[in-house]
Amino acid sequence: MYGFEALTFNIHGGYLEAIVRGHRSGLLTVADYNNLCQCETLDDIKMHLSATEYGPYLQNEPSPLHTTTIVEKCTLKLVDEYKHMLCQATEPLSTFLEYITYGHMIDNVVLIVTGTLHERDVQELLEKCHPLGMFDSIATLAVAQNMRELYRLVLVDTPLAPYFSECITSEDLDDMNIEIMRNTLYKAYLEDFYKFCQKLGGATAEIMSDLLAFEADRRAVNITINSIGTELTRDDRRKLYSNFGLLYPYGHEELAVCEDIDQVRGVMEKYPPYQSIFAKMSYGESQMLDKAFYEEEVKRLCLAFEQQFHYAVFFAYMRLREQEIRNLMWISECVAQNQKSRIHDSVVYMF
Amino acid sequence: MGESSSWSRALVQISPYTFASIGIAISIGVSVLGAAWGIYITGSSLIGAAIKAPRITSKNLISVIFCEAVAIYGVIVAIILQTKLESVSDSQLYAPESLRAGYAIFASGIIVGFANLFCGLCVGIIGSSCALSDAQNSTLFVKILVIEIFGSALGLFGVIVGIIMSSQATWPAKTA
Repeated sequence: MYGFEALTFNIHGGYLEAIVRGHRSGLLTVADYNNLCQCETLDDIKMHLSATEYGPYLQNEPSPLHTTTIVEKCTLKLVDEYKHMLCQATEPLSTFLEYITYGHMIDNVVLIVTGTLHERDVQELLEKCHPLGMFDSIATLAVAQNMRELYRLVLVDTPLAPYFSECITSEDLDDMNIEIMRNTLYKAYLEDFYKFCQKLGGATAEIMSDLLAFEADRRAVNITINSIGTELTRDDRRKLYSNFGLLYPYGHEELAVCEDIDQVRGVMEKYPPYQSIFAKMSYGESQMLDKAFYEEEVKRLCLAFEQQFHYAVFFAYMRLREQEIRNLMWISECVAQNQKSRIHDSVVYMF
Repeated sequence: MGESSSWSRALVQISPYTFASIGIAISIGVSVLGAAWGIYITGSSLIGAAIKAPRITSKNLISVIFCEAVAIYGVIVAIILQTKLESVSDSQLYAPESLRAGYAIFASGIIVGFANLFCGLCVGIIGSSCALSDAQNSTLFVKILVIEIFGSALGLFGVIVGIIMSSQATWPAKTA
């Protein structure tokens, strides 16, 4: 029953919701970003970050810092917080928290398979994997030769198993097929997550539908733009779009036949929420599209905190943290490469 | 014996002592349900929020105290009601006066019990939001406290009406 969650939510979820809201108050603000943008070296960045919540994680790093170290330690903080929440959670919150990490699992799988294809060392690839998406048998992915083996040897025991039914073919893995596999898996994952949230009902279902629909639509636009000019046929492209979201089904029909960015813009401008995103960019420009999408996503994620007694705050917090880590990576790279004029190109401010 | 039975006839055959005793039970039982419900709603949020912001604990115990007050109202009214229970002689047990007294105590118990149930719920939910927002911005505490005070007035309304109801619960005088 929508509206009465306040009566029973706190039995199982009250403590964790309060904890995640406490974590949210530790996200970097505009003032913090202004300080960081004015740093000259990576050591300055480390000094500013040690005044924030990242302090304990960065203080023991030896002085010649690399940007990858900063990003790694910040990600470690996120992983620690996530694991703490996961071990305190009961059903269905624990399932919900696990769903949040399946996206990273898919990315890790694709990373290792692609790396193996290009003859890289498995250990090196494992270090580059995102820690939230690790699972036990991940190293054996390097052995598989085609998708059927991939599934049979490794993935059947992971939570990703049900997403594979659509993409088991006997073709050998090459770059194109791997990208198609990644997008097919992600499509199945988003649809599964959407169904799970609908089953939970109440405020969780409503807020998560909005957030996941935006994610699905954004991926549809990105798939379209990235596959312009490649050998991906229109039917294949249509198969990669998720079957929910604002663009389903008519927007997908139109996107499938787009051949350049202006046509994509024409399609998207028929939908008022996305019109404002595309209005920020002048004609012919696509570099700012990523940042515009991130800004819109951050706006919606911050709105999720306005309501109490639902699970979407956990999803929103994880995504906001990931955005913050992206911001920190961009700022560190700009500072390290002495290109501070470009810092504001890609930093998305949250509050 | 030849008279048709109906629910209304069955209801008036129930002894007024039963009604009065159930009223007293509801008054304390349901009030405590409301207070407990409110306390756990507030308490779980308060504990979680206090990890990041330990300064909120002492101030936000006020929310828990408001919920507890709801249970105390229930106890007070239950004690008052039980002093209104008197024995009447057998012949007068089903006299209209007796029934009136029994029903009055029953109604008083229901009034107080359910008013306190919803008051406890209300204060509990507001207390939870109060703890979470105080952890982020300490100027909000006093403002949300005003909302809680209005919420706890609901329980008082119930107690007042309940006591007025029960004050007219006069059992028939014992005839010699």
